[in-house]
Amino acid sequence: MGKTLNQKAWFFVLPVFILVAFNAAIPLMTVVNYSFQETFGDNVFFWEGTKWFKQILRSERFHDALGRQFLFTSIILIIQIPLGIAIALSMPKKGPGVSICLVLMSMPLLIPWNVVGAMWNIFALPEIGFLGKAINTLGIKYNFTQQPFAAWFTTILMDVWHWTSLVVLLSYAGLCAIPDAYYQAAKIDGASRWAVLRHIELPKMKKVLTIAILLRFMDSFMIYTEPFVLTGGGPGNATAFLSIDLVKIALGQFDLGPAAAMSLIYFFIVLLICWVFYNLMMKNEGQK
Amino acid sequence: MSKISLKNLSHSYLAKQNKDLDWALRDINLEWSDGGAYALLGPSGCGKTTLLNIISGLLKPTKGEVYFDDKKITHLSPVERNIAQVFQFPVIYDTMTVFDNLAFPLRNRGFPRDRIGARVKEIAEMLDLSETLYNRASGLTADGKQKISLGRGLVRSDVNVIMFDEPLTVIDPHLKWILRSKLKELHQEINRTMIYVTHDQTEALTFADQVVVMHEGKIVQKGTPVELFEKPKHTFVGHFIGSPGMNILSCDLKNDEVIFSKTKIETEKKIKVKKNYLKTQIGVRPEFVNFSDSGIPAKVLKVSNAGRHQIVDVECSGGKLKMISSAATNIPSENVYLKFNSKYTHVYGDDWIIEE
Amino acid sequence: MSLELKNVEKKVGAKTHIYSTNLRFEKNTINVLLGSTLSGKTTLMQIMVGLDKPTSGEIWFNEKNVTGVAVQKRNASMVYQQFINYSNFTVFENIASPLKILGVKQDEIKNRVGKVAELLKLSDMFNKRPHELSGGQQQRTALARALVKDSDLILLDEPLANLDFKLREELREELPRLFENRDCIVVYATTEPMDALLIGGNTATIHEGNIIQYGKTIDVYNEPINVISAKVFNDPPINTAYANKKGELFSIEGNSVSWSLQGNLNKLKDDRYTIGIRPHSITPYKQKENSVKIKGKVLIAELSGSESIIHFQSGNLNWVSLSTGIHPLEVGVEAELYMDVNQFLYFDQNNKLIKHV
Repeated sequence: MGKTLNQKAWFFVLPVFILVAFNAAIPLMTVVNYSFQETFGDNVFFWEGTKWFKQILRSERFHDALGRQFLFTSIILIIQIPLGIAIALSMPKKGPGVSICLVLMSMPLLIPWNVVGAMWNIFALPEIGFLGKAINTLGIKYNFTQQPFAAWFTTILMDVWHWTSLVVLLSYAGLCAIPDAYYQAAKIDGASRWAVLRHIELPKMKKVLTIAILLRFMDSFMIYTEPFVLTGGGPGNATAFLSIDLVKIALGQFDLGPAAAMSLIYFFIVLLICWVFYNLMMKNEGQK
Repeated sequence: MSKISLKNLSHSYLAKQNKDLDWALRDINLEWSDGGAYALLGPSGCGKTTLLNIISGLLKPTKGEVYFDDKKITHLSPVERNIAQVFQFPVIYDTMTVFDNLAFPLRNRGFPRDRIGARVKEIAEMLDLSETLYNRASGLTADGKQKISLGRGLVRSDVNVIMFDEPLTVIDPHLKWILRSKLKELHQEINRTMIYVTHDQTEALTFADQVVVMHEGKIVQKGTPVELFEKPKHTFVGHFIGSPGMNILSCDLKNDEVIFSKTKIETEKKIKVKKNYLKTQIGVRPEFVNFSDSGIPAKVLKVSNAGRHQIVDVECSGGKLKMISSAATNIPSENVYLKFNSKYTHVYGDDWIIEE
Repeated sequence: MSLELKNVEKKVGAKTHIYSTNLRFEKNTINVLLGSTLSGKTTLMQIMVGLDKPTSGEIWFNEKNVTGVAVQKRNASMVYQQFINYSNFTVFENIASPLKILGVKQDEIKNRVGKVAELLKLSDMFNKRPHELSGGQQQRTALARALVKDSDLILLDEPLANLDFKLREELREELPRLFENRDCIVVYATTEPMDALLIGGNTATIHEGNIIQYGKTIDVYNEPINVISAKVFNDPPINTAYANKKGELFSIEGNSVSWSLQGNLNKLKDDRYTIGIRPHSITPYKQKENSVKIKGKVLIAELSGSESIIHFQSGNLNWVSLSTGIHPLEVGVEAELYMDVNQFLYFDQNNKLIKHV
């Protein structure tokens, strides 16, 4: 259905335009600018062309960071999506329990991210943290500031605690939208609980789950604050994910050029994966 | 296949019931024999879907019992009752083909593959779905999807009852009547008990051998379409069935005589007044009001042409009436006399028929 | 006051939704758009009211070109199939909302809302919210909201389709009364021929984006301009068959039924014609002296208390008969039915109606 043309609407959008321009568009263009140039400070720039891009794409350090990032994101998705769906399935759809559950699920999402990192830092400390002390008491040697495996374990646990609720809330919304008649028909057809999940609930939640997966993918791929506060990227480079590594280069070494180039490569990877995934999921919708 | 009996069934969706209307169903007693086509007819909110869901096992009644073949099954699940239900809007498994949809109930019960294949093909043939059998179910039109829903019920040969909850709601009007006659054909072919819930009297009366009319949670009348049409026992049935519904107007009962619009009305048998009524009314269907040379004086208000007949609005001293005349009749434009067909004229006391 | 569509066409991509349409509606008329689902009724109504722009063509209202004028500027109201009401307003607030937007004074709002509510029997419901009302009452609220504005153009898009059978009847009867003395143009879209017949006024039959015929309802019904218009305007659908004329006799192809006629039809040249036979022209008993007999095998008989719908097979066609009274014919039985040939519709080789004089 087309709408009649009304030029007044552009004026409403103008303030947002300006805001976005200053907060996003212009900084983005600046980064693009930097990525093609070299500087030694004092605002003096030399054109370098695609030198930084080639350097980054060949650098082992970048490959390592990228590898770590993909591993992290994959583990996060494999844990959070099924876990989120499972929790949503067990939440009540009617009655007083609904509000209680929704509030409980929202709480982790409301905590500022650096506070999350700080909380888990203290929580997981091997001597005085509740978690750290508990694991060590069980006989397992656990120290996330020194052991790469423990650092990964803690970071993943923190992210699962922090963000699974998002998947839960989205899945729950999707589940609530399924009309009762489907469950009734499945009962009559004698379908098992697993069959109901496979043939009714998951297909009907497809759109919502696509959004959940895309959001979790993007956020976990770009994760910075929580692991930075928790481990600082350590021990060594063990938890130096893409963003953390990038900031180290840009601010730590003040190599603006390579850092800018890396940001752009990073951006395109996220864009590409999201685009492919989205089209795959929505392919069938168009065919109907 | 079985006989279905409902004894003293009452149901409320509220935890506590203070007044009559807190009950969705009140004291339902019903018996249906094997293999018949039945309809539950009534306006929205009368309790027909509640009753259907209690029979199918999707709802447990607050009070009362359900029997299949004299066996108490009130607390059995739908699977254990061996029923099938077709809902208001098509319920299909989107991810599967038409074939897999139809095969689903059989696969869940562990039937062997070749038997499933043969049975599915048989049902698909009956429902004209053979050509789309291997297409994705989600690609079919609404009536195709409803046929799949129906097919899933038919595919199980041990099904006791097939229930329909307003199944034609989402079907295009010009396809509705095709699916409607298809359902009746199917019933004749497979002879299984079918219960059809609807608010549409055409659907109910053309499908069912016996219709149960419900109003505010109670059964008002149970009978064949002809009985409901020719002798409604309650003014609600008279009003609800027939398009337009029965003319129901106040009348006086004096010495066993019916006086309406200052004229004595003849009924087929003499009325025997047994008690004092708060309200007495006369009921006669528009099909049974005729023009005559003498009788009740009236004035023609409006003539509507409905294609196959004419609907005439008339007014007399007793009130406004509707009449149905054949398309060819010349309707006089002014003052007329009306005569009621005595065989189909009934008298109601406090909304219930005064039997002769 | 008039609403006119001049060469209005609507294309979406490569697909044409509305083919070039010319229509003129006059003041104080109820105009029914009759057609099946997806025939283009809603698209056409949206173009009429200004919710959508035609790909080409113009809309003129009161002899002024209003194509492209935003819907808010046109004095129009619309009622939908799905009981659209503001869910957090009471019934009173719902009905008053268009007047509030127009800046009408509070006293006058009360007055006008009161009048319209009485017309629609909502006077007791002022403090209720839409979800507390029944379906029929919600639709009446939507209707009241459309009427209170005293618009020049009122559009109703299948407003009765979601209501119970009986409620539909009741509201359908009230509609003409609601619109009299309003000095407006009413456009009513529906898929049910009975709606058109009982509402009266004018009817436009529409099929796959084409307006087939427009005129007084009873004329469009009695003299459909072609086979398609006849098919759209009949429920149960009209029976169609080919008939060959040889000399004085007409005979149905593939069947032994034959008859002769008086009047101008007798003088038609020998050729193949299409005939349309309304279901109520076929009955299981002899209606008239010159009724023609047709033999067929009964497929199914649907009995509705007052009428019988009999589906039967004759020749190689399936036929439908609609008659008053109960005629319980058994499935598979060879039955004899009678047709009133004077009620047949005759169409020439271009599917155009040949008038029977």
